[in-house]
Amino acid sequence: MLENVYGILDALLPYQWMDHNFMKNAFLAVLMVTPLFGLLGTMVVSNRMAFFSDSLGHGAFTGIAIGVLMGGVQPLLSIVLFSIAFAMIITYIKSKSSASTDTIIGVFSSTAIAVGLMMMSYGGGFGKFSSYLIGDLLSISPLELATLFGVFLLVVVVWMVMFNKLLIISINTALAASRGINTLFIEMVFAALLAVVVAISIQWVGLLIINSMLVLPAAAARNITNNVKQYHLVSVVFALFAGITGLIISYYCNTATGATVVLVSAILFFITLILKSRMAR
Amino acid sequence: MLRKFLHHNSAKQEELCSKLCCTKIEGFGVTIGKTEIFKDVNLHIHCGELTALIGPNGAGKSTLLKAILGEIEHEGKLNYFDAKGEHTGNPVIGYVPQYLNFDLSTPTSVMDLFMSCLTNLPAWLCSSNKLRDRVLENLRRVKAEYLIDRRLGALSGGELQRVLLALALDPVPDLLLLDEPVSGVDQNGLELFYEIVSELRESNDLAIILISHDLSLVAKHADRVVLLNKTVVCNGAPEFVFNNEETRKVFGMLVSPMDKGAR
Repeated sequence: MLENVYGILDALLPYQWMDHNFMKNAFLAVLMVTPLFGLLGTMVVSNRMAFFSDSLGHGAFTGIAIGVLMGGVQPLLSIVLFSIAFAMIITYIKSKSSASTDTIIGVFSSTAIAVGLMMMSYGGGFGKFSSYLIGDLLSISPLELATLFGVFLLVVVVWMVMFNKLLIISINTALAASRGINTLFIEMVFAALLAVVVAISIQWVGLLIINSMLVLPAAAARNITNNVKQYHLVSVVFALFAGITGLIISYYCNTATGATVVLVSAILFFITLILKSRMAR
Repeated sequence: MLRKFLHHNSAKQEELCSKLCCTKIEGFGVTIGKTEIFKDVNLHIHCGELTALIGPNGAGKSTLLKAILGEIEHEGKLNYFDAKGEHTGNPVIGYVPQYLNFDLSTPTSVMDLFMSCLTNLPAWLCSSNKLRDRVLENLRRVKAEYLIDRRLGALSGGELQRVLLALALDPVPDLLLLDEPVSGVDQNGLELFYEIVSELRESNDLAIILISHDLSLVAKHADRVVLLNKTVVCNGAPEFVFNNEETRKVFGMLVSPMDKGAR
């Protein structure tokens, strides 16, 4: 099955950077991961949840530590479960407490990173975890690609079912309540969905820049769009473009893939910012 | 008159009932943390009546609307009765919030807002001409069909308020709750808004609760006025409430808005 896909890629993109199988895998991963970031990022930016999504990376970090301590070779399951729990707890407390959202997220985020660091440094073996900070897209395996494909389908389906409700909540929670929407439930599902995507991709993208992958394409798109359809389309296109361009540049310049992708996204953001001020004039 | 009579008789039984209804708010009270926002609120809202809710800042007006919506935990019961006086459970509530807490630069158009409220078709993926016609029809009621493709952040306070009113009217509610913005709507916009609301009350027999900060407009358009300050202080026809000693004390009025409204 995967061999067929490789064949198609070879026929479509007969370039030198496509020669190696690890590049083909990375390319397929980019095709699936970046649209997800583009989609989910729209709501992260609209809901001013950039800090929240940042904390999810920190939550996933603790998940990695727990997974490794419990002896799993593949800590993926532990990362995903811990991230979902972490995201849902923050969302729940945020809705019940009168303290500022920033403070609550800050408290949880720093606790998670502290616990993670303590566990990882136990016995002095921190070195083996450092790859999670930067991530390595080129290390993705065919099995992981299949997992990613499953997550991709899941997110797209949930997004189709849930997006309208999320949009109303982001505009006004009381309005959403008057329309019979269970706001806490929808926010929980969104938080869990974000957590899954962050947890799955943290090993390839890295803790340090995962949030920029979520925020930048959407932030760039909203500079130049006027409605939800344009916003989604442009955000996904930007995310894909930055992902593919970043992958190719990183191959030739021998740089970290994730960081290169983020740099391309940042350039897109600044271009749209200039376009926006031109349009306003 | 005859047409109205015929229409009513030819209407389906349920439809006939919903036009002569009332909503009872019994013993409402809200306490957040240790602060009591209001208590012992008893109100009786009839269809075709515009009830204005007035009171000083922090009197609990917006909180009362949110309690009626069920967004905030509260004591007391909300009962909805149809024409025969049988209990029919929860009324369909339309709500126009005081303000929207969205980011002004958010790329969401008026059409997107309607689409996400009216259908399950994902607004980021699908579009529907049938739905667009329905939204135009809704917006026409509030004289705002030219706003359909405008970004929410680009609307003026008055335009936004009318768009939200149009949204609250689809599906036709049993009870319409309006929370008027304290600022950001100019006088012309406010008067247009009140005129549209009054028209709707008559044409659709809606029961309306309106939080208002403009007493002279209230005096002109409301059927009933409720003064809320931690509980219902005064409740009755506008003349009665505005000439009441308590009302004058709360608002420090020298001249009754009735005189201003009559002018």
